[in-house]
This record gives sequence, C-alpha cells and structure tokens, in this order.
Amino acid sequence: MSKKILFVEDEAALQKTLGDVLEQEGYKVMSALDGEAGLKAARAENPDLILLDLILPKMHGFEVLKALKSEEATKDIPIIVLTNLESMGDIEKALELGATTYLVKASYTLEEVVSKIKKALGEQA
Amino acid sequence: MMSSKEILEQLNIRAHCKKYGLGMWRCPQFLFLLMGAVIIASAIITYVLGTRYVADPDVVSLIVLVVTLILFILTFSITRSLEGLAEANRLKSEFVSIVSHQLRAPLSNLKWALEILISGRFGKIEGKSADYLQILADNTKRMAELVSSLLIVSRIEQGRLPLHNAEFSLPELAKEAIAAFKPIASASNVEILLELSQPDLPAAFGDSAQLKIVMENFVDNAVRYTRGSGKVVVSIALRSPGLIFSVKDGGVGIPKEDQKHIFQKFFRSSNALKYQTQGSGLGLYIAKSIVEKSGGKIGFKSEQDKGSTFWFTIPIKK
Repeated sequence: MSKKILFVEDEAALQKTLGDVLEQEGYKVMSALDGEAGLKAARAENPDLILLDLILPKMHGFEVLKALKSEEATKDIPIIVLTNLESMGDIEKALELGATTYLVKASYTLEEVVSKIKKALGEQA
Repeated sequence: MMSSKEILEQLNIRAHCKKYGLGMWRCPQFLFLLMGAVIIASAIITYVLGTRYVADPDVVSLIVLVVTLILFILTFSITRSLEGLAEANRLKSEFVSIVSHQLRAPLSNLKWALEILISGRFGKIEGKSADYLQILADNTKRMAELVSSLLIVSRIEQGRLPLHNAEFSLPELAKEAIAAFKPIASASNVEILLELSQPDLPAAFGDSAQLKIVMENFVDNAVRYTRGSGKVVVSIALRSPGLIFSVKDGGVGIPKEDQKHIFQKFFRSSNALKYQTQGSGLGLYIAKSIVEKSGGKIGFKSEQDKGSTFWFTIPIKK
C-alpha cells in the first residue's frame, strides 16, 4: 500500500513539480488548493503526511495547522510546513503549533525536500 | 477628531523611530519633541530677559509670543518635511521587500522545474539542450541570490534585521563557508586555505546564519577577483576582546580612489567591473550591517593589482 501525502498549496506549478516527483517516488499524492479544502481532505482521507503552505486562500496555514492538531483523528499526522515565509517568528509559531518540520521553499532543492519528506515518514532518506 | 488612543500612539516616539528604522537623533518625532522643549526653554528665557530689560509687561508678552510662534512654525515645517522624507524612505524599503517576496514564488517554481528537467527524472535531456537548461538554472540561481540580497537590504533599512545570537564555533562556520566555494575555486585553480592561530579558539557569540553570509561574501569576492591561479587564505585569530576573521587574496585589488566607497550600497569598484561584470554591489553593504549589528568591526586593506584582505571582528561570549 503506497503512503498518502496531502499537499495543501495554492500554487499550481508547485503542485505539479513536487506532486509529480512524489508520485514517481511511489506516493499517492492528493492536492488541496486552499486551506478549507486542505482541512476537509485531511479529515476525510487520513493521509500519512501533510505538506502545508502558510499563505493560503480561505484559511491561513496556521489556522489549518491549529485545527488539525486539536482534533483527535488528525493530531498525529506529521505536518511539514512548506512556505516562503522565513521570519523566525513564523518558524517558532509553526513548530509551537505542532509542525514536524519547517521548510523555506527558496532555500531547498527539490531533492532535499523529498528526502525531508521521507525522513518525516520514517523512511530511509 | 483623534481618539485618545491615537494621541497616545503619536506620543510613542520609540515605536515611530523603529518603524522608520532610524536612530533617535535622526528621527523626526524625537527631534520635534526636542525642539518643543527648546521652544519652551527659549520662551522662559525671553520672558526673564524681557522682564529685566523691558519695563512694559505688554511688550514683554508680545515678544515672547512672537519668538515662540516663529520657532514653533519653523520647527513644525522642518520636522514635517523630515517626516515626509522618512516616510518616503520607509515606503521604498517596503516596496523592495514586497517585490522581493513576490518574486520568490515564481523563482522557486522555476528552480524546481529546472531541477526536475536536469535530473532526468522524466527523461534524460542531452547535448546542447542540456547546456541550455544549465544556463537557465544558473541564471535562475543568480536571480534568486539577487532577490535574497535585496530582501536583506530592505530588512536592514527597515531596522528589522533580526539577529538570533548564540555561541558558535567560528572555525566550523568558516569550514562550511569555504566548502561551498571549493568547486568553483578548484575549477579556476584557486586554492583556499584555512589557518587558525591556535587550536583551542573560544566560541564566538553572534548570529551564525547571518555571519555565514558575511564569510561567504568575503570568500566569494576573494575567489572571484583572483586572476588565474592563486591562493586565498582564510584565517581566524584571537583579537582582544574577541575574534578576528580575515580573508586574504592576491587578486586585482581595489584602486585607492574607490576604497572609501567600498561598503556603499550598489557601489562597484572600477577594477571589479574590469574583471567581473556580474555582481550587485550589495554584498559588502550587507556584510557591514550584519557585522556592526553583531557588535563587531569590519575593514580591509587593499592595493591595486596586489590583492586585498578583508576582515571582521566578532565578540566572544557576552
């Protein structure tokens, strides 16, 4: 059974690049284009990992993170925040709210992001 | 009508000065308050002098009133224009910051899409087409670096370059910074050496991520401006009351007339332009801001055609 990754990201180009690569790596990728859809999909699909952008339409990433971590069914799903916000305040807040890892898009190559995802899933990177 | 909250906010001078990223003595709100105090003092002095030397109390109060009014109008218009300038400057920094942020998202997309094409994940691309992809990737990287630099500059100018100070090993950080340039250096036959004055140097105190930017800038410049083969020596030593980090090269050097401008924003030495057309002229400006905010000093020694040594100092534990 391949693992399910929920990718909450409003940028279609990013959905495609990272999504394609993750599918090639053998994961089942589900995408959500805004915060509300992301939260709904997380509740319905029970993914193994969530990739979460912060600046999202309809519902901010922090709100989504807070909601997911407060619900019994979703609170144990590892969440990787993947964003272009890089202020120390945002990083601290995300980790405080229970994010597993915080990645700034501009600072990582795609390969590095994939290996962080594998690590968060407890696989050999 | 201003609510009492707004009036209180107007009185919060520190917050205003911080918003503009200005020190007290360059901040319009503070200067206005200071001039207010001067006006009151001068009104009192005029009154005291007036009562002593002019007999008629009506004339005295008129003089006091006129002097106070003139001073007040002058002060008001001067600080108003200063405030306008500070506001324009703030908006400019904010504009640069917003534009840089907006450019980041498409640049990340470009970077990752190119990475996929070059990695050959979905089919290998070879020959001349691969060369063109590499050109695209290199230039995307250059653009991303420029955008990062602009973002740092806008933060410096808004006075909100956050430093997260902690103890760290300066030699370890130097090794990381050097490692990043090893491939470029060996491709152009430049050798980078690291020399420590003693094996047991004390830990430095500062923001290691920001200081790494400074180190990388020094090493990058040293490699970039070395002609042909050569040696770049990175050294770390004790220099009371802290540590000194320096990078020495035998490169093109900086002409005397350019030396006083070298830390200015966007400045590029005539000598630099002769050998390297790439570069934004932001690196050393950023370096100076970071080092000075970390409580260190920055400087250089350079001779045209002989080479340069750039150094900075950093405190050890506070």
